[in-house]
Amino acid sequence: MTATVDKAESVLGQPMRRKEDARLITGQTQWTDNVTLPGMVHMAVLRSPMAHARITRVDVTAARERPGVVAAYTGTDLADSWSSLPMAWTVSEDLKTPPHMPLASDKVRYVGDGVAVVIATDPYAAADALEAIEADYEPLPAVVDMPAALADGAPLVHDDIPNNRCFTFRQDWGDFNATRARADVVLKRRFYNQRLIPNAMEPRSVVVAPTSATGQATIWSATQVPHFVRIFLALNTGVPEHQIRVIAPDVGGGFGSKLDIYAEEVIAFVVARKLGKPVKWTETRSENYQATIHGRDVIQEVELTATADGRVLGLKVDLTADMGGYLQLLTPSIPLLGRYMYPGIYKFEAHTLTCQGVFTNKTPTDAYRGAGRPEATFVIERIIDELAAELSMDPIEVRRRNWIRHEEFPYTTVVGLTYDSGNYEAATARALELFRYDELRREQAERRDRGDTVQLGLGTSTYTEMCGLAPSRWLGETGYAAGGWESATVRMLATGRVEVVTGTSPHGQGHETTFAQIAANSLGVPYDDVDVIHGDTLTAPIGLDTYGSRSLAVGGVAVQMAAQKVVEKARALASHLMEVDPGDLEFQAGAFRVKGTPGAEKSIQEIAFGAFAAHSLPDGMQPVLTADHIVDPEVFSYPHGTHLCAVEVDTETGLTKIRSYVAVDDVGKVVNPMIVDGQVHGGVAQGIAQALFEEAVYDDDGNLISGTMVDYLVPTALDLPAFVTDRTETPATTNPLGVKGVGEAGTIASTPAVVNAVVDAVRPFGISDVQMPCTPERVWRAIQQGRAAGGPAPKGTIAYGGPQTATTAGGAE
Amino acid sequence: MVRINVTVDGVRHSDDVDPRLLLVHYLRNRLGLVGTPVGCDTSNCGSCTVLVDNRSAKSCTMLAVQADGTEITTVQGLADGQWHPVQKAFHESHALQCGYCTPGMMLAAIDLLSENSDPSEEEIRHGLEGNLCRCTGYQNIVAAVRSAALAMGGAQPAAADQMRAEVAS
Repeated sequence: MTATVDKAESVLGQPMRRKEDARLITGQTQWTDNVTLPGMVHMAVLRSPMAHARITRVDVTAARERPGVVAAYTGTDLADSWSSLPMAWTVSEDLKTPPHMPLASDKVRYVGDGVAVVIATDPYAAADALEAIEADYEPLPAVVDMPAALADGAPLVHDDIPNNRCFTFRQDWGDFNATRARADVVLKRRFYNQRLIPNAMEPRSVVVAPTSATGQATIWSATQVPHFVRIFLALNTGVPEHQIRVIAPDVGGGFGSKLDIYAEEVIAFVVARKLGKPVKWTETRSENYQATIHGRDVIQEVELTATADGRVLGLKVDLTADMGGYLQLLTPSIPLLGRYMYPGIYKFEAHTLTCQGVFTNKTPTDAYRGAGRPEATFVIERIIDELAAELSMDPIEVRRRNWIRHEEFPYTTVVGLTYDSGNYEAATARALELFRYDELRREQAERRDRGDTVQLGLGTSTYTEMCGLAPSRWLGETGYAAGGWESATVRMLATGRVEVVTGTSPHGQGHETTFAQIAANSLGVPYDDVDVIHGDTLTAPIGLDTYGSRSLAVGGVAVQMAAQKVVEKARALASHLMEVDPGDLEFQAGAFRVKGTPGAEKSIQEIAFGAFAAHSLPDGMQPVLTADHIVDPEVFSYPHGTHLCAVEVDTETGLTKIRSYVAVDDVGKVVNPMIVDGQVHGGVAQGIAQALFEEAVYDDDGNLISGTMVDYLVPTALDLPAFVTDRTETPATTNPLGVKGVGEAGTIASTPAVVNAVVDAVRPFGISDVQMPCTPERVWRAIQQGRAAGGPAPKGTIAYGGPQTATTAGGAE
Repeated sequence: MVRINVTVDGVRHSDDVDPRLLLVHYLRNRLGLVGTPVGCDTSNCGSCTVLVDNRSAKSCTMLAVQADGTEITTVQGLADGQWHPVQKAFHESHALQCGYCTPGMMLAAIDLLSENSDPSEEEIRHGLEGNLCRCTGYQNIVAAVRSAALAMGGAQPAAADQMRAEVAS
């Protein structure tokens, strides 16, 4: 496969090599931290060393005297320059949104809360001068543990928010209690989706250039959401939007952590305008661990009701979610983004979900890859395996008895979502085949018979997710302040090149490639002639950016629609220039031809020049071949798939090693299979990391123990296996491209597959759960406790090794 | 201030530097070679990896003064009229997404291939253990290094390479 495809051949669905790569592999990349401007000064932030304390004094006088220092400010100094950082999702009527100032001036609420800044001519000088700031604190007891935070008499993170309760939420679909009365089996489990640190490889960075006395400014930011940043700065400062240009240049990963309006963006903006100088701030990694949002941190109490033959009836989930010290842009909505996903792909009669948000003295949480849906998928896929164990059934068979069959689509689930399409049977059959499920089950049984030290465990996850954030009406109904539409412009230029402008803002996903494929396919022009413009509010003024696996399913569809408008305008002009009725023209491979008249044709690029020259246009037609389109989908997209994981667990050391991992995903139509595979690889890696390696750990005083990359285990190449990936393709019926989101799918799917495998390996020791991350120590302790409590399960039970049922051997139903 | 003489990407530099200046900051802020990024402050991530006298080194863990008298290659000096086989392989194998770890990852791979011209998948994973990537799950990075080894003539095609070639086409 080469990077150039013949013009006549569709580039849609081809593994086109990426347009982005040339600059990234030669070091010509434009990261925010690379921006250098004349007179630029550097900002450093003094952060609280205490989780919870009253600020009694912050004195920056001595810092101002340090060499190279231009200015220093406390939170009080700048209090009149800003208002609270935004929170955009009012998830319930009782939601408490405390003020969140860019610099704290009364109390600090987590280790890393900013209290003062120094501006110096050199970053080293700025860092040095932080040490000259005198800050005194009156320590307060830290609120770290969620249940303790909710208890009466607990110290209060915000003095006026009783019990540290941020919000409560409850929704019932059907009558869960009625299912309990009828159930043969009632399973209760408590899961914990631990706190994670997103770890985009590029730390956050912002550069603000105040270019005129009227307040006009250019902001470069390592952000996923340049349009959000512009709107907020305009609202917050009163500067008109056209005088605020936000550029997200090359952005080195986000995973949700750059989907925010951060304090440092506002501080740098305010300080740059005050000083009339360009200001740069770039966080260190350790600072990132404290001051960039964390993800997950949700306690999940789960109750499942089912019949003796393995049919699920009802699901009740009670969530307690850690907000951290303040609410960031979307903090309270994250645990609830999964609210409709707890029933997964299964046909439940009833579902009840409750959630309470809790303030603690920890770094605020917010969106991290999957945002609410990994938590939901973990619960449902784990408890389905528990049901299988309880009933001595194969986990695949239990899923088969409960999932929506492919002929039942479109299917409206118990929570009222209508899944448009899917084929769980096909994806599962393919995964079982690639995984050699039956062979592995046999080997597992043999190892158990022999009492091997290293035991084998198999884990399944048949996930779906809702993504493509989107439907503005739905977002509004759930209390979100903005919409979810996306815009695109397609322009054909005089030279024949095509500019595609998108309001999405990529940070590694490859939009310059995939969106060019969409446009090239629609217009029939060479892929190499299409350029995608993004991430700058001056050149792409209308947009809602990139998160929630929305770019292709929303933004890509907008590109497709705009390109089709261009073709229709070109058809009208072609008809005029070729002096034929539009109905007599056919458009194929980038050219208009007169039906039945060989040789009479004009390429769309010739037409584009005609539209530019405008020498002969039909009456009323405007010059230039260009079109805009804004898409607001009415529904979500529902990718799904089956992930299977085999682990080897050393029962003497507790060490888990992934032996094989198979992911068969169905993301609908695929624009670029190479990029889709890459998204799955990276997503699965992050999900495995949650299952086995990563956790942000705090001590009782609210200190982040895993505060550097030394202490927080981001997996290396050696920690991860090679993945086997494949796809089934069930097109989405709700958009013209037939596409579904893929950015978060791997992360959502993989975590329960891995934990199910670990539990499966050690279930004979009487173990029914291992808390994430399943470290050697935790697995080893679980085995010791299991042995103490009665030892291995008896032979002949599923917990022991499991009989194979006739229907688990593969093949679609 | 201390005077250092270094050759970076084939260009000789003589500069007075603060003894505490990190090599990566010398490259980025003094020489303007911003192709080498910084990803952490504990020498874990490897984003800032360069070659110092042909051996990979994390330029955030070296002082500029320690580089005195050395020859340094950054990502910006890799292509010589055309892309280095490792650059080509990273592009062809889709071994990068956001690209932030890529300069360091490629330079670490070049060092690995200079020591072992025919590394197995396991040896590649070992060799790149000092470089973190958050986007790719390493799968395509491992494939790219393997395919670069073949392109550079040091490796004999194995069955796994054949399978990969089929998957990629």
